Amino acid sequence: MGQMNNLVYLVPLFPLLGFLVNGLFRNQLSKGLIGIIGSGSILLSFGVSIALFLQVKSGGAIPVHSLFTFIDVSPTFKIDFAFQVDQLSSLFLLVITGVGFLIHVYSTSYMHDEEVPHFARYFAYLNLFVFSMLLLVLGANYVIMFIGWEGVGLCSYLLIGFWFKNDNYNYAAKKAFIMNRIGDLGFLLAVFWLFEKLGTVNYSDVFANTNKLTQADITGITLLLFVGATGKSAQIPLYTWLPDAMAGPTPVSALIHAATMVTAGIYMIARSNILYTLAPFTQAVVAIIGLATAIFAASIALQQNDIKKVLAYSTVSQLGYMFLGLGVGSYTGAVFHVMTHAFFKACLFLGAGSVIHAMSGEQDIRKMGGLSKYMPITRITFLISCIAIAGIPPFAGFFSKDQILAAAKEVNPFFYYIGVGGALLTAFYMFRLYTMTFVGKFRGTHDQEHHLHESPMAITFPLIVLAILAAAGGLLGIPEAFAKNANWLESFLAPIFDGSTKLQKVHPSEGSNEIVLMAVTSVIIIAVSVWAYVKFKDYQTNEEEPTGFARILANKWYVDEIYDAVFVKPINAFAGFLKNVVEKSGIDGIVNGVGRLVQYSSRQMRLLQSGMVGSYILFMVLSIVVLFLIFWNQIQIVEFLQKVF
Amino acid sequence: MPIQYYITLSAILFCIGVTGVLTRRNAIIIFMCIELMLNSVNLLLVAFSKMPPVSKAVSAAATGADAQLFVFFIMVVAAAEVSVGLAIIVMMYRNVHSIDVNFLNRLKN
Repeated sequence: MGQMNNLVYLVPLFPLLGFLVNGLFRNQLSKGLIGIIGSGSILLSFGVSIALFLQVKSGGAIPVHSLFTFIDVSPTFKIDFAFQVDQLSSLFLLVITGVGFLIHVYSTSYMHDEEVPHFARYFAYLNLFVFSMLLLVLGANYVIMFIGWEGVGLCSYLLIGFWFKNDNYNYAAKKAFIMNRIGDLGFLLAVFWLFEKLGTVNYSDVFANTNKLTQADITGITLLLFVGATGKSAQIPLYTWLPDAMAGPTPVSALIHAATMVTAGIYMIARSNILYTLAPFTQAVVAIIGLATAIFAASIALQQNDIKKVLAYSTVSQLGYMFLGLGVGSYTGAVFHVMTHAFFKACLFLGAGSVIHAMSGEQDIRKMGGLSKYMPITRITFLISCIAIAGIPPFAGFFSKDQILAAAKEVNPFFYYIGVGGALLTAFYMFRLYTMTFVGKFRGTHDQEHHLHESPMAITFPLIVLAILAAAGGLLGIPEAFAKNANWLESFLAPIFDGSTKLQKVHPSEGSNEIVLMAVTSVIIIAVSVWAYVKFKDYQTNEEEPTGFARILANKWYVDEIYDAVFVKPINAFAGFLKNVVEKSGIDGIVNGVGRLVQYSSRQMRLLQSGMVGSYILFMVLSIVVLFLIFWNQIQIVEFLQKVF
Repeated sequence: MPIQYYITLSAILFCIGVTGVLTRRNAIIIFMCIELMLNSVNLLLVAFSKMPPVSKAVSAAATGADAQLFVFFIMVVAAAEVSVGLAIIVMMYRNVHSIDVNFLNRLKN
């Protein structure tokens, strides 16, 4: 077992090497080689991850392995560059490298029209992203996690703005970066707070010493960490960057903005589960924010017409469910949903990419329709993923969503009903998307119809693999209600959530009742899906602007406009005030005033230099007299004269 | 005679000298006024040398000798100054055909 210790560092090393090679030799390599290096490095990581996973599965967590001392300032301030592979991180390793590899393969075909240096740049960024994400997951303390946390934010920025010649894409990239930074500040403050109170940031030391923290400390730290999570995982109020992040290439949306990076917040909270279990107030906040985001984003998705925007809001909504799971203490449910979501959302995004590819860049679903006869593989995989995300049994989304909702019901039935309502919205907008894209008559131009084709192998292969996972992934966590101890994931992750489980109140699960509820919700979800299918089957393009409530939804509840009015405009106005008033009249005035004063006074002083000997002597005499008056008291001769006269 | 007379006289002479330097433009007159100032100081020094010592710590002989010694120094320096100064005035007359000091403003611009 010991020798596996030394393999841990290989997992992030391969993507790092891929990044360096592709980044440094981007002008020398050919496209084929770039693709092989980019995808191959992830495949190697995936191989090592499988080995690590198998070891963890059989022998439990691998002991924390420190590569070197990262920061060593004093005996009390020492941070190791250490990796921790346990049940939670090994699972995330598999998802990141596995889904990541498929998306790299997909990208070799999707990005093939790019010029060679840009093609290499793309793969370099993608590898750097995987490297950062692996650091985030592997780190054995909050500081290493923070390095990865910042790294993925950077890569997200770089990849959203990949086509940097388009200003709007650059704005979207900046928006994502700034929103993330707001969250990162919360994360950073939480880490400082932890260090201040405990003097350590290692997970094991922190979780073992939670009794040294007061209730206020724990609540504050967890809330700040959650602020970080809202930024990275796109929750209210920092979610607005994610829909705009769709400006990036579609595989990037699949990898970063659906499958991996946005789940960083969930990983972080699952990792810190003991802290959260000890802070009921924070848990309530997490659950409510998660639920609100799930409903809110789902409602926006109902009225979006951009294929990627629908999926983006759907991602925000699903992330909301994961936070609901975390908030109600179902950490396994949240991690489970992360996994299944990674499968079906990556599949959906890649499918959308395949459609966009076939439609020559068109993303508006009102101009699609009837694509199923041109793109059968894309259509089937997309349909499977739609069923999975809608939560129809026995596909993956059903199990993971059910586990979260069941846990929510035990905490508060109210959460459950709203959650189910959100699931219905999900079913509706997903089938609206599917139907408008693949069913009915083609509504695009004649040129586009002529060009329609199924995508090549490199694109369909990842789709097929992901669709299989989306269909079967749910079997990892079969609910207790169906069979005792059938939830493999629950027992696998048990050591991680051990501390929390002991603290939580145990609810006796009412098996029969649960099955009835599941059946009822499933039937309603199927009904809604069919309704959406029927409603949009014969959709005809209409140019009418939506009215009333639909208009509010189509405009995303005007959140961007509100943020603009509340934050952006006042800050811009303040900056304008500083620039035009303070800078121009104030600071410029002082600087120029000093210059003008010197010029003016020197012009006046110059007049004294008349060249007249008489005036010079006069000044001399006057100066002497002045000096004489100033030092009157210090001149001894005065005393003498006074004595004499 | 009381020392006050000497001091007053030399002060008056010095002031006349200063006034002359300030008001006149003729280089030779200015020169004479400078001599007047130097000599008023000489007069003062000689007068002080004959004054009874103010404090007992200073011996009368030493005080008087010092002052008179300075008078000779001043005379010597004044003589040297006169020779140089007159030479300058001669050269000035040769160049600008005037001994008005206000003509000596060519460095102005």
